[in-house]
Amino acid sequence: MSTETAVAANEQEVVKEAVPREPLFSAKNKRLLTDPLNDDNPITVQVLGICSALAITVQVQQAVVMCMSVLFVMVFGNMIISAMRNVIPSRIRIIVQLVVVAALVILVDQILKAFLPDIAEKLSVFIGLIITNCIIMGRFEAFAMGNKVWPSALDGVGNAIGYAWILVAVAVVREIFGSGSISFPGIGQIKFLPQSFFEAGYMNNNMMILPPMALITVGVIIWIQRSKNQKLIEEN
Amino acid sequence: MAVNKNSNAFTFVFAIIMVVVVGAVLSFAAISLKPLQVKNNIDKKMINILTSIGVEADRTNAKEIFYANITARYILNSNGEIISTREGEVESTDREDPFNVDIKKEFRDPTLTVEERNYPLYVASIDGEDVAIIPLVGKGLWGPIWGYVALESDFNTIYGANFDHTTETPGLGAEIRESWFSKPFVGKTIYDDAGDLVSVSVVKGTADPDNPHAVDGITGGTITSHGVDEMLERTFGVYDAYFKNNSQISQK
Amino acid sequence: MEAVNIFVKSIFIDNMIFAYFLGMCSYLAVSKTVKTAVGLGAAVIFVLGITVPINYLLENFVLMEGALTWVDPSFATVDLSFLSFIMFIAVIASMVQLVEMIVEKFAPALYGALGIFLPLIAVNCSILGGALFMQERQYTNIGDATVFGLGSGVGWFLAIVAIAAIREKIRYSNVPAPLRGLGITFIITGLMGLGFMAFMGIEL
Repeated sequence: MSTETAVAANEQEVVKEAVPREPLFSAKNKRLLTDPLNDDNPITVQVLGICSALAITVQVQQAVVMCMSVLFVMVFGNMIISAMRNVIPSRIRIIVQLVVVAALVILVDQILKAFLPDIAEKLSVFIGLIITNCIIMGRFEAFAMGNKVWPSALDGVGNAIGYAWILVAVAVVREIFGSGSISFPGIGQIKFLPQSFFEAGYMNNNMMILPPMALITVGVIIWIQRSKNQKLIEEN
Repeated sequence: MAVNKNSNAFTFVFAIIMVVVVGAVLSFAAISLKPLQVKNNIDKKMINILTSIGVEADRTNAKEIFYANITARYILNSNGEIISTREGEVESTDREDPFNVDIKKEFRDPTLTVEERNYPLYVASIDGEDVAIIPLVGKGLWGPIWGYVALESDFNTIYGANFDHTTETPGLGAEIRESWFSKPFVGKTIYDDAGDLVSVSVVKGTADPDNPHAVDGITGGTITSHGVDEMLERTFGVYDAYFKNNSQISQK
Repeated sequence: MEAVNIFVKSIFIDNMIFAYFLGMCSYLAVSKTVKTAVGLGAAVIFVLGITVPINYLLENFVLMEGALTWVDPSFATVDLSFLSFIMFIAVIASMVQLVEMIVEKFAPALYGALGIFLPLIAVNCSILGGALFMQERQYTNIGDATVFGLGSGVGWFLAIVAIAAIREKIRYSNVPAPLRGLGITFIITGLMGLGFMAFMGIEL
């Protein structure tokens, strides 16, 4: 009995010590932004969010719009779930997360249809599939449910950027080799390779536009990343 | 008073509040963005119609160019009789306006027979000549395909065409959108010398360039090409009555 | 026959994995052994075969523009399609929950073998993808929609069992260290996708 009260007294003392407010961009918070770029990359390390990474990387502008949509959903989703984390009844936890994601995605979809209709048409079903993008639900469970709003927001930004740079890298490779151009949202396709290449016999590699090459491109990116970052190599 | 987060009552109340809030936010967003989305759809339709007659337009000027070029619009019934005409601005709630007829929806509706559907027709004035534009809808490999065909005032020679889809395979059936597929339609005729309606066939492989009633199909996109072929034949068949009544085509 | 056509096409040509990359996360995670792959694949076939027709009914009688006319003709302009995502995912989550309960009751051995993968089907992109494709392609009757759902499931099953079989064998090969595991799986899947493209243009 006495040990219990002693332990309780100790705990109370620890709690009463003033916890200094963590600066907005402390080292810990900064790591939330930088880890997902390499060591903890959602696509190549956590193996989440692969589906859309492959499907909409035919053109850079599609990839960019998709990344911005995912960024929006991830940041606001993380913030909302984190703000609600002490109120959500545990029994309907997953359902609440699903509803929050679905609602945010519907908002994105409606906004795209109103302001960027041509791109919305090209992205078609894949906007809806952001709901099942494992990264978002994964981060809700792994981070937002247990952390404050600001770190959750940063985690959302970090993971979204980690996801985005892989997508854009694959899209750049596929579009340059597949169409000989790069496209920017709002500006459209810009021919990259000079006409003289084509006259000399160079032809666009149409296979790059087809789905299988996206898989192989990501495989190669993983190869390069793991050669540089030996920690990530899997044991057999 | 500490609320038990896991009690049934709390769960229930939370769920209800959530549904109401989410429903309200989404409905508000949908309703306020709807006018813009409707305008985007109208612009797209106008751009497609103008593309079939070779007039370029984009989302900033689609409306002006459309009204400048399209001089009349009609709805025909299956006998080729005009049952509605409109001029001037399109009212998006006007169900009798030819522009608002949703032929895709009517095509999909299993309860509507060929006789009951509506058949819009647009007239454009190009260099003093009247050009008729008719909308088409059909079945591709996976989903609907559609487009517009423009005919010169003899209702026989094709002035232009364009086709569209959202579901066909990229690089194969999806190529119906490309100009290499639709350009060869220009100059083809749909009636033969005897005055019979033969339409334009989309041929597997290469069509004979001297054949005025055939164009090349898409290699690897056979089913989509057949879809275009069938769509043309069926649609021309319905408008045939109107064409014959309003031109010099006669059965010899 | 139209239905047979759709069935065959959705297995080989518009394969959920090789053509659309849907369901990749669980595809990569569960394909280490053939046994788990078969179990998950079968569950996916079942869930797709049930949720696509139900979502079809939802789409045509509640969500589409003018779908509510059976309640009252004046509802002809009501367009609830902006609620599609939420309604579809709600149907899918509930169906998966139902399947879980049924499997637990009637086949407890299978339930134990599948473990956590059963509830994970709810967030498998291929299930929601199946519903969204069904909505986009505007199938005209429920038979076509069901056949599409089943076909997509079978295609997914085929893909995951094939890659699992290959991954089991590849453990004995000399894969370069950085490519081991995830990297080589991506490349193999890409090559399989190339192979499946040979089926394009099949007409029945």
